[in-house]
Amino acid sequence: MIEVKQISKKFGDNWAVNNISLQVNAGEIYGLVGPDGAGKTTTMRLICGALHLDSGSIKVGDFDIQHQTDQARSLIGYLAQRFSLYEELTVLENIRFFAEVRGLSAEEWLPRSLDILEFVGLLEFKNRFAGKLSGGMKQKLGLAAALVHKPKILLLDEPTTGVDPVTRQDFWQLIIKLAAQEGVAMLVSTPYMDEASRCHRVGFMRDGKILKEDTPANLQASLKGRIIEIKGSQLSLLRQIVQGYPVVQDAQMFGDRVHLRINTDSSQSLIENLTQYITERGVSITSARVIEPQLEDVFISLIETNDE
Amino acid sequence: MNEIVIETDNLTKRFGDFTAVDHLSFTIRAGEVVGYLGPNGSGKTTTMRMLLGLILPTEGTATVLGYDIRKDSEAIRTEVGYMSQKFSLYHDLTVNENLHFYAGVYGIKDETTIQNCLARVGLERQKDILVSNLSTGWKQRLALAAAIVHHPRLLFLDEPTSGVDPTARRAFWDLIYELVAEGITALVSTHYMDEAEYCGKVGIMREGKLLALDAPSTLKTSALPGKAYDLRARPILDALMVLEKSQHVLRSGLVGDHLRVILPHEVDPDLIIKELQNQSIEGAEIEQVEPTLEDVFLSLAAH
Repeated sequence: MIEVKQISKKFGDNWAVNNISLQVNAGEIYGLVGPDGAGKTTTMRLICGALHLDSGSIKVGDFDIQHQTDQARSLIGYLAQRFSLYEELTVLENIRFFAEVRGLSAEEWLPRSLDILEFVGLLEFKNRFAGKLSGGMKQKLGLAAALVHKPKILLLDEPTTGVDPVTRQDFWQLIIKLAAQEGVAMLVSTPYMDEASRCHRVGFMRDGKILKEDTPANLQASLKGRIIEIKGSQLSLLRQIVQGYPVVQDAQMFGDRVHLRINTDSSQSLIENLTQYITERGVSITSARVIEPQLEDVFISLIETNDE
Repeated sequence: MNEIVIETDNLTKRFGDFTAVDHLSFTIRAGEVVGYLGPNGSGKTTTMRMLLGLILPTEGTATVLGYDIRKDSEAIRTEVGYMSQKFSLYHDLTVNENLHFYAGVYGIKDETTIQNCLARVGLERQKDILVSNLSTGWKQRLALAAAIVHHPRLLFLDEPTSGVDPTARRAFWDLIYELVAEGITALVSTHYMDEAEYCGKVGIMREGKLLALDAPSTLKTSALPGKAYDLRARPILDALMVLEKSQHVLRSGLVGDHLRVILPHEVDPDLIIKELQNQSIEGAEIEQVEPTLEDVFLSLAAH
């Protein structure tokens, strides 16, 4: 449904988007994952035709965004990072406004609005002023507004930034249901790895480029057997010690443990030797085991190999 | 045992009929890094504001760095550093000028102290750059510098690393742990599991109550009322409906192309496969996985 081919966009001397390609199929959730300034928002704005391409092409459904902008846009729902609702209008009046902008007729808008408000869980609040909604409810109203014309494609730019974890969970349940039920193609941007893991496919973005894309499971499988968790006392010292161990590529301290990335497949003897190496240097450890790699491990290992 | 840095005893704050913080009792010792997780309105900010002496508790007591929060709030604030996610840096000033400004607020004029602080967060080479030209990661370091220039013993951090990539987040936390090694204690409020994982202990709040406070690994094993599983089944939404109706399932949710299920310890996962088969959902696969902090959080904090 979305086909992005070798697109680039320059602001001044800076390539905000530098030759990226990606494809999102119907019913698929594609996560564009990267830090602030990686080019995620620019990519979304290019896809919905709010910015002009310097090079490359974008197809939305069967339409070329540059030459058939209006037809292409009619397929897209876009929830921007900062979207505006009319605080002095009620929930239902807000939806009506967006429905009319999207050209829904007088007979169409009400049943559709009630459906969509029920879907996002705001039906019982339909007469409340938007200004009186909590942050999470505003976010859901934003989603409802983006969905009112039944778009085939949904662009969500950091939809859960600043939203608490319980609401975030609710929001993702809605997104995944939309993909599964309605076959909506979704492009979601996020700087957070725990959100990335909820997408069907993930593209790691940095400095305007997509470094790698794959399913979360495949990305994690690329480091299978390479991440070891060690617990013990004196974690800072422990980390320093293991950094000197030959096969250790990277050691990261978390609150109550150290994670190592090694450059070979782990084995029982490797863990025993490592344990011995650490205890010989005066640090006691309580456990050492191979753990499942997380997307964060994959991202860091990618960046390190990229920077070398 | 290290000295006690924060101790609260039945700390409570009511606004009218609403109890924002409900009989909170906990102890934080020197050198700990404690994370606070909770939905909006769970009382995190109110707790922080009471600990900083900005608002008075309705009931209960607390000491911060040995000072009574009711009587000695000024003394507390001179020994505490605060870094907010929405830190206010002056974008048209350089790194150096910003830090001089914040140092001035605390009455620090000594140039060596200020330059040491810049070096401490690794910004010596950036000191003449305008803040508007800094990346988010560098801005966060500068905000940290501004929060520690007066050598606080306790640091409050509010979502300190939102919006950066994992490498920048790691570098930031390495700095925090260097400060901790030098004797600082940190209390971190956050919405993000990525961030909470870096804390030595994590507290989970809901409706003003502290539901659990322990090391992330301990929470995953002891605070979760069951085991976590990944379930793959088609059609996924039909499978979800079966799970939501099942009496054996504690929690279920969609995670991209599969489902996450929390089952009580005593429930055999094959039972769930059978329940799915009874509803004509064939070929489902279930696999036990390591629980995440989010599993724990949602089990405790969601309704």
